[in-house]
Amino acid sequence: MFSRAYKFAISAPPLLWISVFLLVPYLLMFGYSFWAVSSSQAIVHTWNLQNYRDLLIHDVYRQTLLRSMWIAARVMVFSLLLGYPLAYFLSFYAGAKKELYYQLVIIPLWVSYLVRAYAWKTILGTDGVLNTLLQYVHLTRHPLDFLLYSPFAVVLTLTHIYTPFTFLPIYAALEHIPRNLVEASHDLGATPAQTFWRVIFPLSIPGVLAGATFAFVLSLGDFLAPLLLGGPSGIMISNIVVSLFGAAYNWPLGAAISFCMLLLVLSLLMFSEHLEKRWSHS
Amino acid sequence: MRMTNVPHAAVPIDKDTPLLSVRNLAKSFGKNPVLRDISLEVAEGEFLTILGESGSGKTTLLRILAGFESPTSGELWMGGERLDLLPPYRRRINTVFQNYALFPHLTVAENVAYGLRIAKLPQPEIQSRVQAALAMAKMSAHALAKPSRISGGQQQRVALARALVNRPRLLLLDEPLSALDANLRRQMQIELKSLQREVGITFIFVTHDQEEAMVMSDRIALLRSGELEQIAPPREIYTRPTTSYAAQFIGRTNLLRGEVRGGIALCGAIRFPAPLPDGPALFSLRPENIRLGTPAQFTARLLDRVFHGSSELLRVECSDGQVLTVSTALREEYAGDLQFKFSPADAVPVRETTAAPPANSRQEHA
Repeated sequence: MFSRAYKFAISAPPLLWISVFLLVPYLLMFGYSFWAVSSSQAIVHTWNLQNYRDLLIHDVYRQTLLRSMWIAARVMVFSLLLGYPLAYFLSFYAGAKKELYYQLVIIPLWVSYLVRAYAWKTILGTDGVLNTLLQYVHLTRHPLDFLLYSPFAVVLTLTHIYTPFTFLPIYAALEHIPRNLVEASHDLGATPAQTFWRVIFPLSIPGVLAGATFAFVLSLGDFLAPLLLGGPSGIMISNIVVSLFGAAYNWPLGAAISFCMLLLVLSLLMFSEHLEKRWSHS
Repeated sequence: MRMTNVPHAAVPIDKDTPLLSVRNLAKSFGKNPVLRDISLEVAEGEFLTILGESGSGKTTLLRILAGFESPTSGELWMGGERLDLLPPYRRRINTVFQNYALFPHLTVAENVAYGLRIAKLPQPEIQSRVQAALAMAKMSAHALAKPSRISGGQQQRVALARALVNRPRLLLLDEPLSALDANLRRQMQIELKSLQREVGITFIFVTHDQEEAMVMSDRIALLRSGELEQIAPPREIYTRPTTSYAAQFIGRTNLLRGEVRGGIALCGAIRFPAPLPDGPALFSLRPENIRLGTPAQFTARLLDRVFHGSSELLRVECSDGQVLTVSTALREEYAGDLQFKFSPADAVPVRETTAAPPANSRQEHA
């Protein structure tokens, strides 16, 4: 129907864009990961596997990666725990106010990430809103110092930021469920709770998987929240990458870590896609 | 409370009281009345069809019976129990939905087992009943298929099996045949009717198709703009319609408008004896009750003829300009003025009602 020239004309710009700004940098990064840094702090183009060996040998990388995954897992669980009920309520019970609530959930996405991260700093800090309040009502005598500069602060902030990302696919999946299935379930004697567990939840699983993947993958690679709110105990793997590419000036090692992260994330995406396919029925 | 879920729960049945009784039921959505003052009773084992055009409120009535909507006023009783206060999952009623509403994540067998599992029946009993239901629906070979993998007709039978396997006291069917093609549909009408006789469960069937209603029902409840127009067996509703709407909606008819004077109906050029008090009157006269012949009640000339296979429909114009439809046996030629006769008993006096939705008052019953 469309001529070859036309097809080429519309697909070339995005393909070009992706090649130049995505594929080429990734390839370069992949190449860097096999190079080394000389004692005079110059990058030498000698092919070797030392960077990958370092990753396996030094505990700090493995531990940071595990901590990052542990933080990401908690963020995933908490944003599902918050996002699912919210999506369920909106989809099934919000009635005429549905659109309004939907906008209220979406609006935070329009606010800069940085602003929201700083907001938590103001809330959780030693002289922050929360500590001031707790002391004012005499629940605590001294400021609680685990609130800020801790994995807790990172998990809290990332949960706040990524809950809308888990909410959206779950909400879309719930909106897709034909309402007469709910009626059919009630008709066959199932209470609302039984109907939820036997019909609604199974049919929303593709959305849950997509939302969980969003929350986990996005938090895993996050570096701003740990930078601003994490403190020494809340360092995540991306902070190491940032410093390797920056102050530490070890691009090859940074590239090796980045490439491992990329592989990890891609395999996670493939795994979740596989699960989603298993759970979709249309 | 669980008792209401258990199929076979022994509920004493009093033969004199109807299974279901609908008392002065009304439903409005906002200010918009959808059902008004519906009262009807359904006997144990009956096949009742709720017939009406789209917008007549027939689906709303069914949804109220199932419990998906609650009535604005009025009561429902089933077997001596107030029904309209129970949620749908406590009613011993099952529904076959218009587009079947099969659970897409469950297999055919799991769909059928759904109600029994919810009722926590012992596993062996669930298995044997599901197998029997699948055999009845001729779906045993597809027990492990997902609903998206079977045809519309098969989905329809699974939906029926899923409802009947629970042995409900009342089965509601919401236009279950409307998605099927004409042949399959006719076949399913017969199958449904014989199935209903076999299982002995009371069926309430909703449709807009008058032919379907005639084929299957013990009684037809005709709805017009949210009101019960007439409720009667198919034969009676066809031969003795009480309103002009019923006469026109079910089958073809001629409406003769005129007045009665001294026991004689005068409808333009057509006159016949009618044992009615003097005054304006409206009669329904079916095309097949008019025959060519003498002594003639009226003469008319042929306007056009439509071939119908075993019979032919003639449109004829009387001397006074009235146009009537006559159904006759096939004949080659018609010439000149034709003479027609009919039995005065076949001209059924009807009350005038129209399909137009009545205003937000109840004037025509006042």
